Amino acid sequence: MSAVPIDIPAPGAPPAPGFWRRAMRHPSFVIGAVLTLLLLLSAALSYVWTPWSPYEINLADKLQAPSAAHWLGTDAYGRDVASLLLVGARSSILVGVIAVGIGVTLGTALGLLAAARRGWVEEGIMRLADFSLAFPAILSAIMMTAVFGAGIVNAIVAIGIYNIPIFARIARASANAIWSREYVAAARACGKGGLSITLQHVLPNISAVLIVQITIRFAIAILAEAALSYLGLGTQPPQPSWGRMLAEAQTLMFQAPLLAVFPGLTIALAVLGLNLLGDGLRDLFDPRLARNR
Amino acid sequence: MLRLSGYAAARPMSLFLFKRILTLIATLIGASVIIFGVLEVLPGNAAQLLMGADASPEAVAALATKLGLDQPLWTRYWHWIGGLLSGNLGDSYAYGSPVIDLILERLALTVPLALLAMALTTVLALLVGVTAAARHNKLGDVGLMGLTQVGIAIPNFWFAILLILLFSVKLQWFSAGGFDGWSEGVLPGLKALLLPALSLAVVQAAILARITRSAVLEVMREDFVRTARAKGVSQRAVLWRHVLRNAMIPVITVMGLQFAELLAGTIVVENVFYLPGLGKLIFQSIANRDLIVVRNCVMLLAAMVVIVNFVVDVLYAVIDPRIKASDI
Repeated sequence: MSAVPIDIPAPGAPPAPGFWRRAMRHPSFVIGAVLTLLLLLSAALSYVWTPWSPYEINLADKLQAPSAAHWLGTDAYGRDVASLLLVGARSSILVGVIAVGIGVTLGTALGLLAAARRGWVEEGIMRLADFSLAFPAILSAIMMTAVFGAGIVNAIVAIGIYNIPIFARIARASANAIWSREYVAAARACGKGGLSITLQHVLPNISAVLIVQITIRFAIAILAEAALSYLGLGTQPPQPSWGRMLAEAQTLMFQAPLLAVFPGLTIALAVLGLNLLGDGLRDLFDPRLARNR
Repeated sequence: MLRLSGYAAARPMSLFLFKRILTLIATLIGASVIIFGVLEVLPGNAAQLLMGADASPEAVAALATKLGLDQPLWTRYWHWIGGLLSGNLGDSYAYGSPVIDLILERLALTVPLALLAMALTTVLALLVGVTAAARHNKLGDVGLMGLTQVGIAIPNFWFAILLILLFSVKLQWFSAGGFDGWSEGVLPGLKALLLPALSLAVVQAAILARITRSAVLEVMREDFVRTARAKGVSQRAVLWRHVLRNAMIPVITVMGLQFAELLAGTIVVENVFYLPGLGKLIFQSIANRDLIVVRNCVMLLAAMVVIVNFVVDVLYAVIDPRIKASDI
């Protein structure tokens, strides 16, 4: 019997040829990528241009309905809602990038260490990860706020700390699978040490799993930032943030219900985009999973 | 981390329970040390925080003595733990009343809210998940899964605001918030908690529905399902009786984690609906710099999360005895 060509890449292998061709035909990936790009572009755009100044208070124009001048209307201080939303994207992205950055660097390092050393090191790291699951992001943010006061930095640190055990668990589980492969045994037989195997073989092979997780955690960080800012614990005035816009809109629900709609819609679209992108990437990196879904 | 193993059935359940209880106690102690450490050591002096920066040093010192803050750290920690175990949590700085009374009063709202939300989550998720799996890759499946993606992306507090806009502002079926307590009767109480519970449940149900769907699809490929179908059991009966039961392990695990999310979510949603629950209490206490209340509330929430996960792990082992004690 002739060998049957098997078209199954190892999980985490570098993108196969034709990756982009397949990607462009994957609906989740395309919609997710477009929405995520829009999010990034609007934050970038807000640095060079906004329809109106998001900081300028103009009480004469307060609570206007959407119009040609103010596409999404104005808030209780007469500020342009569309401009506030554009600038608000910055806070979301800032929190997402730093909080996920903290999680992915520290968490992955701990997970890789656990997988490489096994024994009590692994046991210790994983118990620590289990234990920190007792503190959901909101809870640790509340503790930080009670002590250090409200602010975006504390929100970032709280969400970042919450991300560490999540990445540690994922990195360890994926790394353990790589450590049991023959090519790692071969590398060991050649006398390579734990660190060089981790950097040359394990990390590149778990990067796909990590990339997928980064997009999903980014979405969760945006949600957490919005919730904290809504509660007044995150981004502080006058810096616009989507969560705080919702908190302000809630007091005006009878006069201007639309004010409570647009910021929420923006958050939902940003999160939806990142989640779809993550799902799409997962399918594209590992086609075997796609078939089961 | 739980792993499955073939030979582990020989391991006695009691050993598993023993190890798991030890882990539970260690986790609770660890959590208490962190909470105490963050709230007591880092801010310097609670009395200073309480009185503000411009208070005279004598007044701060007097208050510190009154609150027992001049005691050594370990004494205060043991005092707190002893109080936790005996139900004496001290008095609130701001309210002057015992912290335990404040917390119990608020729990009468937060616990029913979280349970109602969990019940709604489960019902919605199982319905959507099983229905989607039964129509695998057909239009209904794709549509329902698209809806769950939207559900996951919606912030729960925004969904809460939308519910208020629709049901309170527009239709005026529900009040826009507030809670009159259970003295008015169970039904008015539940009515006040329905919208908050729904806004908590929708996001979690969307996540759980996806898990349910993939777990059900996994089990539907097993031989016993084909056997049951071949015996003439109807598709519906196979799905709800045979498949769902066997698909419950991943579903229950995720539900345990979700209960933690729901508890954390109550903090936000109670604020949207102006509900006098634990979340609201925490916020007022932060505003009042009432750290003794914050400390005990955070400890309580963390303990609930840890204990729910413990119960899930034990349930897991009861459902599937192959889980071995050495894996816990």
